[in-house]
Amino acid sequence: MAIEVKNIVKKFGAFAALDDVDLKVANGELLALLGPSGSGKTTLLRIIAGLDWPDAGEVSFDGENALAHGASERHVGFVFQHYALFRHMTVFENVAFGLRVQPRAARKDEAGIRARVKELLDLVQLDWLSNRYPSQLSGGQRQRIALARALAIEPRILLLDEPFGALDAKVRKELRQWLRSLHSEIHVTSIFVTHDQEEALEVANRVVVMDKGRIEQVGTPGDVYDNPATAFVHGFIGESIVLPVEVCGSCVRLAGKALNIAAEGAPPGASKLFVRRHDMQVGPAGSGALEGAVRRVRTFGPIQRAEVALSEDGGATVIEIDAPRDRELQTGDIVGLQPRRYRIFAARE
Amino acid sequence: MLMNAQPTSLSSARDDLRTEPRLIRVVIITIAVIFLTVFVVLPLVVVFAQAFSKGVGAYFSALSDPEALSAIRLTLCVAAISVSLNLVFGVVAAWAIAKFEFRGKTFLISLIDLPFSVSPVISGLVFVLLFGAQGYWGPWLQSHNVHVLFAVPGIALATIFVTFPFVARALIPLMQEQGTLEEEAAISLGASGLQTFFRVTLPNIKWGVLYGVLLCNARAMGEFGAVSVVSGHIRGETNTMPLLVEILYNEYQFVSSFAIASLLAMLALITLVAKTVLERHLDEGQHPRGD
Repeated sequence: MAIEVKNIVKKFGAFAALDDVDLKVANGELLALLGPSGSGKTTLLRIIAGLDWPDAGEVSFDGENALAHGASERHVGFVFQHYALFRHMTVFENVAFGLRVQPRAARKDEAGIRARVKELLDLVQLDWLSNRYPSQLSGGQRQRIALARALAIEPRILLLDEPFGALDAKVRKELRQWLRSLHSEIHVTSIFVTHDQEEALEVANRVVVMDKGRIEQVGTPGDVYDNPATAFVHGFIGESIVLPVEVCGSCVRLAGKALNIAAEGAPPGASKLFVRRHDMQVGPAGSGALEGAVRRVRTFGPIQRAEVALSEDGGATVIEIDAPRDRELQTGDIVGLQPRRYRIFAARE
Repeated sequence: MLMNAQPTSLSSARDDLRTEPRLIRVVIITIAVIFLTVFVVLPLVVVFAQAFSKGVGAYFSALSDPEALSAIRLTLCVAAISVSLNLVFGVVAAWAIAKFEFRGKTFLISLIDLPFSVSPVISGLVFVLLFGAQGYWGPWLQSHNVHVLFAVPGIALATIFVTFPFVARALIPLMQEQGTLEEEAAISLGASGLQTFFRVTLPNIKWGVLYGVLLCNARAMGEFGAVSVVSGHIRGETNTMPLLVEILYNEYQFVSSFAIASLLAMLALITLVAKTVLERHLDEGQHPRGD
């Protein structure tokens, strides 16, 4: 099922949770809504599910107006961050719930319900827990039961709100891979919300980066990492060195001193220079656009992370760079730094 | 006195820090025990001692007196009416307040608490003003031969008013703590509003409902002030158990009076035990996600 969201506005009092948001999701996609807390991603998900209503805008499923229907009629599977399992029901009854509340005409008989629940519990590999209560399960088990419950109604769309947010790191990793393979198995259009960029980049086909109720960029994981569209995306995804610079026609100045890099069409005025830590090439003094003194070096695995105080502004700015270990750095070294890849964005007011 | 001179573990050392010296402990505990004995245990003992002072035979003949039986019947009947109505009102009100956002919510909450802050006698008088011979609706009702005051409806109304907050008050904090996530999950799975209520909301609050009903019932059976104003004290007709206790006492029929009082006292004891059991269930229900 394709989803289209048009000009959605949602306000909570004076706070605009969503500010004119447009989004198209293709059939069968696995999409991540990525952003810091308060960026509006959960609100957008809840509006698609019908658990919240927009102040303005349209939501359509396969061209059909979804806002004409309440949540219970939309056939959308929703997985909550804190699972929201029915605490007084066994695992079996939790998964069976969506089947039991169907109108009499569409409802399966008891044997049919049993077979379907069994099938779903097998799918999430937890059939041995069917007589337990939610309070007797671990976090990862609860999350998988919540997913099985959402899938029971054969949803047209699957929505997951921070699905792994409340789990520990190891379980998260396992469940991520598991969700990916589950999606390639059942192929239902899925959207999940996360504030964890690694999770979004690893699991999703496409990533929607949001900030302050607006969509900053939509693209493949590779796209948003390599070609960030805005300063926010560059800063939010991956670790970046950010330097306040001034663009003057074709030159770029840091603390009044011209740097040996091209402005690449950035508009003149106060700007920010973004460089990935590992894109800063380290060479001997005088070899790069920037120069600085090494303050401190830590090595782990294949890289060494160095804190460098930039000479351009007299050592006031300290940046962290990741360099390969082919040339060991020492505290006190004066090094030249050349950005291999960089982006310049106008500084926001 | 120094058997435990050396703290055996860190935690016992920490306990010592929080504990007062032995002398103070003994004094405080003694005061508490004396207080409870004088104000709670002793009256209870006296009630039963008086009731049985002329023997078991006198006790049971006092209870099987037609007036006593009529009072017991009336009390049970009024309690049944007011508890079942307040059960419905209380659950509905708590559902609205805990699960929905609307204007005037705080006003509704204070309205629900109103009976707690009004003297029961005043509550009774309000019904006299409304339904009495000189009241607003009294003459009209009388001309249509409907008797509210000095009859079962009036007693039931006064009792309902006085016991109104119990169920709602027991449920609102419980339902607020449980939040609306499970309801949202149910709705997203295709459940209608009523299905959500009966399959998800109600099972989650059943112990709270029982708790509220229990307290509501105890108060409904024991209510004196409001009922006294609207009852008219017609012997064998509109006297509830608490009213009859007072009347018999004023007539120096101590055995009969205390025999009926002993029934109310037993109700209190049963309520207390049931309350303890329910509170244990409620505690479990409130912490279902033990990680």
